[in-house]
Amino acid sequence: MRSVSEALTASRRAPLLSMLGVVTIAFSLFAFGLFGLVAINIRKALDQVEERVEVRAFVSDSTEIEAVVAAMKDVGEFPEVARVDYVSKEQALERARKEMGEFADVFEAGVLPASIEVYLRSGMRDPTTVKSVADRIRTYHFIDDVRYGEEWVEKLYRLRNIATVAGIALGVAFAAVAIIIIGATIRMTVLARAKEISIMRLVGATDMFIRLPFLIDGLVKGVLGGLLALVFVWVANRVVNEYFIETIFFNREMIFLGIVGGAFMGVLGSLVSVGRHLRRV
Amino acid sequence: MIRLTDVAKEYPRSGVALAQITFEVRKGEFVFLTGPSGSGKTTILKLLYMDDKPNQGEVWVNGVSSLNASGREISRLRRRLGIVFQDFRLLEDRTAEANVRFALEVTGAPKATIRAKVSRALTQVGLASKATSYPRELSGGEQQRVAIARALINDPFVLIADEPTGNLDERATRGVFQLLRDINASGTAVIMATHDLDLVRRSNYRTIELNHGRLVFDSAESPLSARPPDEPFQESEAANDTQESV
Repeated sequence: MRSVSEALTASRRAPLLSMLGVVTIAFSLFAFGLFGLVAINIRKALDQVEERVEVRAFVSDSTEIEAVVAAMKDVGEFPEVARVDYVSKEQALERARKEMGEFADVFEAGVLPASIEVYLRSGMRDPTTVKSVADRIRTYHFIDDVRYGEEWVEKLYRLRNIATVAGIALGVAFAAVAIIIIGATIRMTVLARAKEISIMRLVGATDMFIRLPFLIDGLVKGVLGGLLALVFVWVANRVVNEYFIETIFFNREMIFLGIVGGAFMGVLGSLVSVGRHLRRV
Repeated sequence: MIRLTDVAKEYPRSGVALAQITFEVRKGEFVFLTGPSGSGKTTILKLLYMDDKPNQGEVWVNGVSSLNASGREISRLRRRLGIVFQDFRLLEDRTAEANVRFALEVTGAPKATIRAKVSRALTQVGLASKATSYPRELSGGEQQRVAIARALINDPFVLIADEPTGNLDERATRGVFQLLRDINASGTAVIMATHDLDLVRRSNYRTIELNHGRLVFDSAESPLSARPPDEPFQESEAANDTQESV
C-alpha cells in the first residue's frame, strides 16, 4: 500500500515527464500495433488467397487423355499437392461464360484449352514451393503453359514482410525512447528523494523495499501506455474500416500481450534507472 | 560485538584512508574516536554500518562479517544499529514524530507498536512536547535529539555517532553528550567520532585516536597512560572531508 502511494507521489513530482513517458510507451506500442494489424490483415488475405492458389497447367489440344490421366496421377503424388482436377475444354468455356456475364457470347467452343488444376496443401503455398511445383509440371511435353499467379502472391508476401520489419523497427525505436524517458523520470525522483532514500538505507530498509515504489511507478505507466496505444490502434482500425477496406482487429490474447508489453517496458525502464541511480545516493 | 581485524581501506582517487586498523568494542562500552579531519573516523564508522567494505581485513559486527554479508543481512544489521550524524539528516517536510516513525515504517515494523515506540523514544530524548514540530521550528540541539530518538527507536545494541555535536553550541553540546551518556548507562554501546577535545578530556571513556588513517592511540591498550591528548590535532594536509562524507 505504501509503495503504491509512494509511486504515485513520485509521478506527481514530475507530471510532465511522467505523461511523456506514458505517451512514448503508447507510441511504441501503437507502432507495433499498427503494423501488427497490417501484418495480421495481410496474413488473413493471404490465407484466403492461398486457399485458392492453384497451379493451372494448360494441356495442348492433341494430347491423349490417357497421358493426361497418367500425369495427373503423378502430380497427385507430389508431397505438396492436395488435389488435382481436370477441366475439359467444355467446362472451361462454361466457367468463362459464367464469369464474364454479358460478354459470354464472345467465347466459342474450342477457343479455351483444357487444363489440369493443382491445389496445394496448406503450408505449402508460399511462392517458392508454388514455383517448384509449377516447374515440375512444366516438364511434361504436352503442357503448353503453366500459370500460378506468381506476381501478386509474391507481392503480398513482400508487403507483409515489409510491414513486419517496419513495425518492429519503429516499435523498438519508440520502446527505446520510452525506456530512456521513464529512466529520466526515475532519475529525477531518485535525486529529489536522495535524502529520504539515504535515511531509509541507514535505518535498515531493504533494497527491494526502496525499489518497489519505482517499479510500481514504471508498471503503472506501462499499463497506461498500453491502454492508450490500444485506443490509438482501435481508432485507426475504425477509420480504415469506415473509409477503406474491411479489416480484422486483434483478438483478446493479442491485446493482453500488448498491455503486458507496455508493462514490461515501464518496469524495464524503472529497473535500469533505479539500479544505476540508487547506487549514487 | 564489534571487531576490526587488520582493516585497510583505499579510495581510487584519494588514496589510503585506513591502514592496519585493529580494535574491538565490547558490549555496553563508550568509545571516542578522535583525530584530525581526514584521519579516517568517518570511514571507520561507514565500515561499521557496512556502507562500505574494507579492501583488506575484516569488519565484524554482531555476527555479520564484511567478508560475506549479503544486502539483506546488512539491512537487518542496520535495524539493530543507531546512526547519528553531524547534520542530523532529518526530513524537513515531516514533524519530529513523523521523522522518528519513518525508521519503523520503512523497515516494516508492525503498525500496532509504532505509536507507543515513537512516543517512548521522544520522551527518552526529552522532546515529548515537541512531537508535532517541524525540524525548522527546532533548535540544533533539539534536532539532534530527534535524530537520536530515531536512532534509538529499534533498541540498538550500539549507537554510532559521527560528530554529533559538531554543529551545536556549547550548551546544546553538553545536553546531547549527557543524553549519549544516559543511553550508554542504560546498556547501549556508543561509538562517537569527535574532535571536541574538551568533551574527550572531561570524561573518562576509552579513546581511540587516528592519524592519516592509522590507529595511533587506544586508551584500552595502554590504560596507565589514559591520556586524552593534550595538544590540539594537527590538521592533516591530506584532509579531504568530501571523500569521507556520506
